[in-house]
Amino acid sequence: MDVSVDQSLCQGAAQCVRSAPQIFDQDDDGLVVLLRQPGSPAERAAAHVAAVLCPAGVITSGGPA
Amino acid sequence: MPDTTTVSESTSATPAFPMARTCPYALPEGYTDLRGKEAPLQRVTLFDGTGAWVVSGHAEARKLLADSRLSSDKLNPGFPAISVAEKAHRPFRTITELDPPEHDTHRRMLIPAFTARRIQEMRPLVQKIVDDCLDAIIEKGPSVDLVAEFAVHVPSMVICHLLDIPYEDHEFFQAMTRKITQERGTLDEAGIKQVLGETWGYLDRRVTELENEPEQGLLSLLATERVASGTLEHHDLVAMALVLLVAAQETTSSTLGSGIVTLLEHPGQLARLQADPALWPNAVEELLRFTSVADMGTRRAAKEDIEIGGVVIRAGEGVIIPNLLVNRDPKVFADPDTFDVGRSARTHLAFGHGVHNCIGQNMSRLVLEVGFQSLFTRLPGLRLAVAAEELEMSPAGGVQTLTALPVAW
Repeated sequence: MDVSVDQSLCQGAAQCVRSAPQIFDQDDDGLVVLLRQPGSPAERAAAHVAAVLCPAGVITSGGPA
Repeated sequence: MPDTTTVSESTSATPAFPMARTCPYALPEGYTDLRGKEAPLQRVTLFDGTGAWVVSGHAEARKLLADSRLSSDKLNPGFPAISVAEKAHRPFRTITELDPPEHDTHRRMLIPAFTARRIQEMRPLVQKIVDDCLDAIIEKGPSVDLVAEFAVHVPSMVICHLLDIPYEDHEFFQAMTRKITQERGTLDEAGIKQVLGETWGYLDRRVTELENEPEQGLLSLLATERVASGTLEHHDLVAMALVLLVAAQETTSSTLGSGIVTLLEHPGQLARLQADPALWPNAVEELLRFTSVADMGTRRAAKEDIEIGGVVIRAGEGVIIPNLLVNRDPKVFADPDTFDVGRSARTHLAFGHGVHNCIGQNMSRLVLEVGFQSLFTRLPGLRLAVAAEELEMSPAGGVQTLTALPVAW
C-alpha cells in the first residue's frame, strides 16, 4: 500500500520531516507535503515511524516493510 | 442527605488528584498504585469532591487525545479543574482551550514559525545563548543555582527572540509564568486573576507597540499579516502571546532542571553520552519521557459517551491523561522506571498527542539538546551541591519543576 497524507488534518508537528526527510517535507505554510513514495525497506520503515509519530493521524502507511 | 453520602462514599474509594511529586523523575506512590490496577482508566477525586477519570494506559491515552468527542474547553462543566483558580472566570481563551475548527484556524497561523527548517535555522542562536549563559555561570562559580542561572534564562532568551519580547523584562515575565504554571494548583481566585491580569496587560501593551512598530519576530509578523488584514483580532493575538510565553518558558525550563538532576543521578548513562555525543538527541527523548513535566497539561471533558479500556466515559465527565503516568506504561516502554538513554522513547506523550500536540516541541528539543550537551561538555565535573533528597519540587497540579538546583564543579 502506498503512503498517503491528508494535508487538511496537518498540525505542523514536523515529526514526519524529522523521521523521513527524504519522503516528507513542509510547504511554506508548514503543512505536510509527500515528496515521493518510499523506495527501499529502510525508507518504508522510516515512513511507518512517521505515521506512528504523527500526532494528528495525517499519514497512512502500508507498514514497516 | 443522600447526596452527601454518595459523595463521601466515592471519595473514600478513589484517590485524591493531582498527586505531588517529591523527585523530578520518580513516580508519586499514587501513580504506581494507579498503574498497578487492571483497567487503564481509574476514577479519582478532585479538590472540590467531584470525580474524574485518570488514564494510565499509553494506547488509551493516544486514542483519547486524538478523539474529537473529547473537548479541551475549560468552560465545559465536566472539565476536570484542579483548583479554585482554574474555575475562575477569565476574559479570554487560548488556543490550548479551543476545539476544532476554531483551534485549527489559530494553529495554522502559528505553524510556519515552527517548521523543522525554521527550528534548525535557530540552532546557532540557541548555541550562542547557551554558551553565553555558561560563560557567565563559570565566571560566577564554582557553585550556582542552575534553575535560576541556567534553566530559566536559556528558554527566556530564546522566547524573547522568537516573540519580540524585550529580554530586559525577563524578571517580570518569569515571575508571572512561574505563578501561572507552578502555582496553578494552589493560587486562590484573586491570586490567579491578579497574575493573569498583569500578564495580559503587559502583553496587550507589547502587542500594541508591535502593531505600530513591527520588529522581526512572530508577534510582529502576526500583527502585520493577520491583525492588520482583519483575519486575527488584537485580543486573540494577545492570547496567543500569553500561551506561547507561558508554555515555552515553564515547560522547557522545568525539563532542563529536572533533566540535569536525572543525568547527575544516573552517572552511567551520563558517561555513555560523554563517550558518544551522537546519542544526545535520543537521550533528549528519554529525558522528556522520564521527567514529563507538563503532567497535568492534558485534560479533557467528554462531549459524548466513549467506550474505552473496558469502561464507559459518560458525556460530561472529566478525563485526565497525566504524561508521567502514560509514559511509564510497561506495555510500551520495557522496564519503564529505568532511565536508559539508548532506548527508543520517541512515542512518549510528553508533548501530548492529537490536534493539541505541543507546537513548540521541536524548539524545545533543540534547546534541551544544546543546553544539556553544552552544560556537561563545559562542566564535566558537575555535581549536586546538596543531597538529592533535599531538592524540592513545585506543588502538585502545575508544571512539575525544581524550586532550586544548587550545583558545584
